[in-house]
Amino acid sequence: MSATGIGAAVRRKEDQRFITGKGHYTDDVSRPGQTFAYFVRSPHAHAKLHSIDVKAAAAMPGILAVLTGQDLAGDKIGNLICGWMIHSKDGSPMKMAPHPALAATKVCYVGDPVAVVIAETLAQAKDAAEKIAVDYEVLSAVTDPAKAKSAAQIHDVAPKNTIYEWHLGDSKATDAALAAAKHITRIDLTNNRLVPNAMEPRAALAEYDSGTDSLTLWNTSQNPHVARLVISAFVGMAPEHKLRVIAPDVGGGFGSKIFIYPEEVVCLWAARRVGRPVKWTSDRSEAFLADAHGRDHVTHAEMAFDGDGKITALKVKTIANLGGYMSTFSSSVPTYLYATLLSGQYAIPNIYCEVDAVYTNTVPVDAYRGAGRPEATFVVERLVEVGARELGLDPAELRKRNFIKSFPHQTPVIMAYDAGDYLASLKKAMELADVKGFGRRKRDAARHGKLRGLGYSTYIEACGIAPSQAVGSLGAGVGLWESAEVRVNPTGSVEVLTGCHQHGQGHETTFAQLVSERLGISIDQVSIVHGDTDKVQFGMGTYGSRSGAVGMSAIVKALDKVEAKAKKIAAHVMEAAEGDIEFRDGKFTVAGTDKSMAFGEVALAAYVGHKFPTQEIEPGLKEGAFYDPTNFTFPAGCHICEIEIDQETGETEVVSWTAVDDFGTLINPMIVEGQVHGGIAQGVGQAMIEQTVYDKDGQLLSGSYMDYAMPRAHNFPAFKVDTTETKCPSNPLGIKGCGEAGAIAAPAAVMNAITDALGTEKIEMPATSMAVWRALQTMNRNQVAAE
Amino acid sequence: MYAFKFERPTTVRQAVNLLAKNEEGKLLAGGHSLIPVMKLRLASPSVLIDLSKVEGLSGVEVTPRSVVIGAMTKHKDVANSKELQAVMPGLAAVPGSIGDPHVRQVGTIGGSLANNDPNADYPAATLGLGATIITSKRKIPADAYFKGMFETALEPDEIITKVSFPIAKKAAYQKFKHPASGFALVGVFVSKRGSEIRVAVTGAGANGVFRVPSFEEALKKRFSPKSLEGLTHTAAGLNSDIHASAEYRAHLIGVMARRAVAAANEKGGAED
Repeated sequence: MSATGIGAAVRRKEDQRFITGKGHYTDDVSRPGQTFAYFVRSPHAHAKLHSIDVKAAAAMPGILAVLTGQDLAGDKIGNLICGWMIHSKDGSPMKMAPHPALAATKVCYVGDPVAVVIAETLAQAKDAAEKIAVDYEVLSAVTDPAKAKSAAQIHDVAPKNTIYEWHLGDSKATDAALAAAKHITRIDLTNNRLVPNAMEPRAALAEYDSGTDSLTLWNTSQNPHVARLVISAFVGMAPEHKLRVIAPDVGGGFGSKIFIYPEEVVCLWAARRVGRPVKWTSDRSEAFLADAHGRDHVTHAEMAFDGDGKITALKVKTIANLGGYMSTFSSSVPTYLYATLLSGQYAIPNIYCEVDAVYTNTVPVDAYRGAGRPEATFVVERLVEVGARELGLDPAELRKRNFIKSFPHQTPVIMAYDAGDYLASLKKAMELADVKGFGRRKRDAARHGKLRGLGYSTYIEACGIAPSQAVGSLGAGVGLWESAEVRVNPTGSVEVLTGCHQHGQGHETTFAQLVSERLGISIDQVSIVHGDTDKVQFGMGTYGSRSGAVGMSAIVKALDKVEAKAKKIAAHVMEAAEGDIEFRDGKFTVAGTDKSMAFGEVALAAYVGHKFPTQEIEPGLKEGAFYDPTNFTFPAGCHICEIEIDQETGETEVVSWTAVDDFGTLINPMIVEGQVHGGIAQGVGQAMIEQTVYDKDGQLLSGSYMDYAMPRAHNFPAFKVDTTETKCPSNPLGIKGCGEAGAIAAPAAVMNAITDALGTEKIEMPATSMAVWRALQTMNRNQVAAE
Repeated sequence: MYAFKFERPTTVRQAVNLLAKNEEGKLLAGGHSLIPVMKLRLASPSVLIDLSKVEGLSGVEVTPRSVVIGAMTKHKDVANSKELQAVMPGLAAVPGSIGDPHVRQVGTIGGSLANNDPNADYPAATLGLGATIITSKRKIPADAYFKGMFETALEPDEIITKVSFPIAKKAAYQKFKHPASGFALVGVFVSKRGSEIRVAVTGAGANGVFRVPSFEEALKKRFSPKSLEGLTHTAAGLNSDIHASAEYRAHLIGVMARRAVAAANEKGGAED
């Protein structure tokens, strides 16, 4: 292994610039003649838009344009789209309502943009925005997904505000198994809505070049090529070759920067109209209303057990809130990213899941770290824990009885798990967490007036999405392969161009480690190029923990080609047969001789071309590859959480956290550990403090950090993080992906621990201090009543 | 933010004159409450009168019977004052619990008391110790100073210069933090100075900080958490929001008061 190769816990190359303020983010880019955009947003959750009077605003100083949805329609700018087709049970296609970048006839949530002001300065734009008079006719609003079907209709295309009524699995067989069950565990769950809150707010800077009739967009995007494709092919802004999208350093995404949003479309359009560059940077308050939210499910689920505690069936009914419009990939999240994971780590013979997706007068909901898989894990892991309690079985024992133990394993909900050892991660986690000592810790806590609880979450996720053919058959509008290009410079340094995008994952380090491993050069000799459609030909971006499993596999393929060609060149230069060339530790050697060439020497030879027949072998050393996976990858593991509850206040503290994950091959264990830490923090945030609250009129009450609680360091103990390893058989490196695991595992572990401590299942996320206190009050009252 | 004029007086007199001249003027004494609302365009003072260069407004002075804190003394300087920690650690703990290090580096006691945020910490300590607010015009006892949410007895052209806290043998603050903002969801300051006992509550009341006479009476018999057992505060008139119902706040008043008394009895009232 090279010192900076696969498995080395090297420090992140990119951190030097990030922690010294040298990162280069979208808002850091400024163009000559730049102007500023300010969006006027609907203060109403649901209203007809009768007219917008922009005259007074347009006459204000420094104003270049005041544009509305009517102007947008007049210029034939197309609507935003949702790119994943879902069909209802009856075969009808999902009801995708028109989503103009500026609302023209009605508004569907508080924050829906209705006009934009383009001005010399941001202050001038804001001043003018205050002069815009919008005539709204306020309609009744709905925010609760469970009430959406009976509420005022939001979009003409969607009666009962229903987008689709989808299902997966065998309804009859599942019902039969439920009817024959020895025991059925039933549960009602809310998977609370989350506001993503990336550290860097979204931003866009658009520039039009009239000389070439082309547009450039700097954008906070996790997938600039997909942004270009959608803005070009669907919105119709400009042909693909006339539109360049650059996503420079991006400060966190968590899914929220996958999507194509109104603001970037409007900036492009406005830049061309006013003939000047247009910049928009969201402020934090705006981000609460303008960035797609996550989760927001209401679920009833039933799990059937036989007399041996074996799970015989799972039936799930979920209502998913997709908000005021369908965001870019929103339809896929509560369907193929959710129901397909409902088998968890268990051999469940019968599964049936129904999902109704609804419109409400709320910010659109789309993928957020884990996207569907945290929701699935929450349902399964809560049911298993509650089932164990009802059956009087140890929750670890119940899990062991039901674990899938042989692979490959075909679940009843599409997925074919390829590899895993769920018992190994459970056992290791139980040892690390000292589960045996829990009884003693619980008694100690009780002496201090604290209730202590322990909760498991043995989760599974499907990452590295995924085979293009498979996702295509499930409705995806794009394939989900990845591309790579390896450019070797004459001096032997290497540039890797990837279609993945990094926004916190550390690709500049881990991708370089792969090159280091393969070519025997230090990571300092490697740079990773990404995030610019003019540099990288095409790529699908980064989300769904796919960059290692899919993106790096593409790099492996390109490196294979580079090595093959380099061998050819080395053979010619050293006058040996190609088959006699061995490549190891950065050296090409003629087998059985002391003749050798360093990688850099071969690179130089490739470009100088003096010593080999350039008619037979092309000069240069640069290879590209596209990699399309053959399956999803299936990271899995076991998280164990212990909490203590202050009985007087309900204040709940996470006192211990153990995570044992199987991510397959680890490229950089330190970065993996960091990803796990961040994921746990987000999952605990969801479970305990993050609450997105709308009032009955659709106003977001938790619209700032004064009311929306983000997890902070003091909310956590030091995490115990370890791994087990089964290689992923479907990709060359055996990688499974680690970016979302913590966020997927954590909510169930927390809620299983809290309900264990409380002795009641009647508490929903977020289990805030008040919620826990109320649960305690109810129990005390019930106890008194019983006595 | 809207445009505004910026003034930086060097004496209290200059500052008072500027305030008198500009009806829409606002004092800047840290600005961690004012600047965010200006940025959101929810406040638009015509003139911002920065007090940071006014001489003699900063410092913690400990006398045999009182602690006098200059209005522009930063939270971190009060929290870290060794002299204050020695005589009344329960008071030093109050600014130590405000916001985060950035806020404590800039925020001031005068700014906090003039703003009188219903969830702020200093009002609890000020009322809970029966402090005196010393202004450019007069001395105002704490009991007459707090007039409701964001309302005080200050006149339009009056500036706080100092706050004088009597030294209580026993004093402590217990704060149940708001999960998002870190302000007090409920904060209770208790003190015992001779026979005078005070219990002041912040964060809970719809009209800002208030005293709890029934708790004070009970504690007069014996200054012990036990004296408060079984006593409850009414939920009527308390704040109710997405983080805490009035009932929960009422309950927390009891819990925090008992814990504050316990802390006051322990090592003179240092919060952990």
